[in-house]
Amino acid sequence: MSAISNKPSVAPTRPWAASPRDRAMTALSVALSICATVLIVAATPMKGKLAYFFLFFITWFIIDSIFVARKSGSKGVKDALAAKVTLLGGVIVSMAVFSILWATLSNGIKGLNLNFVTQNMREASLFDPIGKGGILHAILGTLMLIVIAIIFSVPMGILTALYLTEIKGRAAGLIQFLVQAMSGVPSVVAGLFIYAAIILNTPLRSSAFLGGLALTILMVPTVTRTAQEVLNLVPGDLREAGLAMGATQWKTVALVVVPAARSGLITATILGVARIAGETAPLLFTVGVFDSYNFNPFKGDSGTIPTVVWAGLMGGTPESIQRAWSAILVLLIVVLIMFVAARSFGSKQQKR
Amino acid sequence: MSIDAPVKVIPEARKITTKPRVSDQIFRGVVSTFSFSALLILSLIAVFLFLKGFATLKSQGLGFITGFEWSVTQDEAGKEVAVFGLQAMLIGTVVISIIALVVAVPLSVLTALFLTFYAPERIKKVLVTLVDLMAAFPSILYGLWGFFILMPMAEYWAKLLQKWLGWIYIFDVPQAVYSRSPFIAGLVLSVMIIPIITSVSREVFSQTPPDRIQAAYALGATKWGMIRAVVLPFGAGGVVGGSMLGLGRAFGETVAVYSVLNIVFRTNFQILFTQGGNVASMIIQKWGEAAQSEISALMAAGLVLFILTLIVNFLANFVVTRAVKSGR
Repeated sequence: MSAISNKPSVAPTRPWAASPRDRAMTALSVALSICATVLIVAATPMKGKLAYFFLFFITWFIIDSIFVARKSGSKGVKDALAAKVTLLGGVIVSMAVFSILWATLSNGIKGLNLNFVTQNMREASLFDPIGKGGILHAILGTLMLIVIAIIFSVPMGILTALYLTEIKGRAAGLIQFLVQAMSGVPSVVAGLFIYAAIILNTPLRSSAFLGGLALTILMVPTVTRTAQEVLNLVPGDLREAGLAMGATQWKTVALVVVPAARSGLITATILGVARIAGETAPLLFTVGVFDSYNFNPFKGDSGTIPTVVWAGLMGGTPESIQRAWSAILVLLIVVLIMFVAARSFGSKQQKR
Repeated sequence: MSIDAPVKVIPEARKITTKPRVSDQIFRGVVSTFSFSALLILSLIAVFLFLKGFATLKSQGLGFITGFEWSVTQDEAGKEVAVFGLQAMLIGTVVISIIALVVAVPLSVLTALFLTFYAPERIKKVLVTLVDLMAAFPSILYGLWGFFILMPMAEYWAKLLQKWLGWIYIFDVPQAVYSRSPFIAGLVLSVMIIPIITSVSREVFSQTPPDRIQAAYALGATKWGMIRAVVLPFGAGGVVGGSMLGLGRAFGETVAVYSVLNIVFRTNFQILFTQGGNVASMIIQKWGEAAQSEISALMAAGLVLFILTLIVNFLANFVVTRAVKSGR
């Protein structure tokens, strides 16, 4: 034994890994194509970021293909080309995300001040200069809507998920199918439905409660699908252990399965909230617009962040558009926080 | 001497009862009842939209789908004459969604391939987070971004398209107005549906049986050769299903489309020109000044939209489930 371990160990060779020469070639081809791009843009009438972007990729394709062709022939060229084209796809998609994030941050930050998150719009109009008035009423309104939607959709979603994972009844396939179909219901239809079913038929008028109901329709599928996934992750051993100890199914689910999946279920709730927090279309039918605090969820319109953004965008003046950007920045920060929270809860469960 | 063979007495099987306890019966009852809430909600949506839209559907008949005009006017006797036809908006919906798919599907498939087979672990993690985050962006954010950031760029792209491909009818414009066109709305929608298509494609690609991948490599395939011979045929169903899920989302998108599109009630195939519309954004546009009879028409339009997205989603889920199952 010792003889073997005393032998000088042989470093594993990795013939597929890029050698320093390959890396130098890659760097050289990138550098060459950047130079070529700049030259071409300077020499021809093609101008702008778009030209730089695509010319760089095209020249890179060509220059690198020549390098690869010398090393590994036409098959290698195709292979290298495919790798670059997929990279191009990834780059374009991430550029879109960064563009959205950057636009929101850079435009929204200008209008963000203490007044903006501590006052309401009672004394100010959308068209006043930015220092006047704020969207606290809308933040509170959105929170109220979220709470109402959670009250309805979390029990509904988790119970449906329990049916799909614990009871696995005869209708499980059908229910699964319907939940997936429900996740495709357009948000405007959810709003129209609440209007048609409740506002046209009962004395109830637009209020935070009805808005919460409309959002529930959109939130239930997200909660159900995520909850189903995390409940499926609970090891079957735990269920069997519970049953073997003589517990009923109800006790097993309530005392073993659900606690084991707790952080995952919180993730499901947070993802559901992130899905609905920015929904605008259903609110236009069911919640209306209001410029001050309204703490009664059953009576009277409420202000909400999405409708503030909507009104700001439709207002069309620089001040109202500034308000829209700042309000969407507030909303985006909330969504980002929830997103991070959902991820950390989710990874907590997977570690166990 | 004969010994009677011992008579085999088969004892009657003990009856096994599996009657659940009362607590279990209640538990199962409650959970099963709640699990039908999806069915209940979906059917309630259909019923109420149908009831409220019935007046229009009855008076307009099939013309509601095939008609071109959407107007409420008064004739000489002062009686209201309402004509509601959705065709322009239905075509608009399809046109915008197809533009979105044409842009989004290649990008998503490339991104999914990059994530599954090419990206280094660290970049992969970041990009997956970004794509997931993209799915959580509110649609009004896409509307704002589309209007203020994308539109100036896209107008320039539209001019280039018109310059080089203007001899094709759909890339031609009657006047040189390129803002708020179906092309731009389609681009915004494509950004919105990229996360859906990417994540479904990625899921299917990552389920490619490793033995087939290794077999391709063992036969001397390059990575691209392996992807073409193994991954793409295997994942085609998933890509199609994911695209249809994206299509369903694109059909129903309201706020983002309304923000960037100049909604005009006319059938328009010239995608670079500044008029178009889709059913969902039309509902929002007409809602503000809708009269009682028009509200019924809008409900009926909502019903049409609901059924349309439901069909697309059903088909998509069917395709995706089959694609995922075939790999196991």
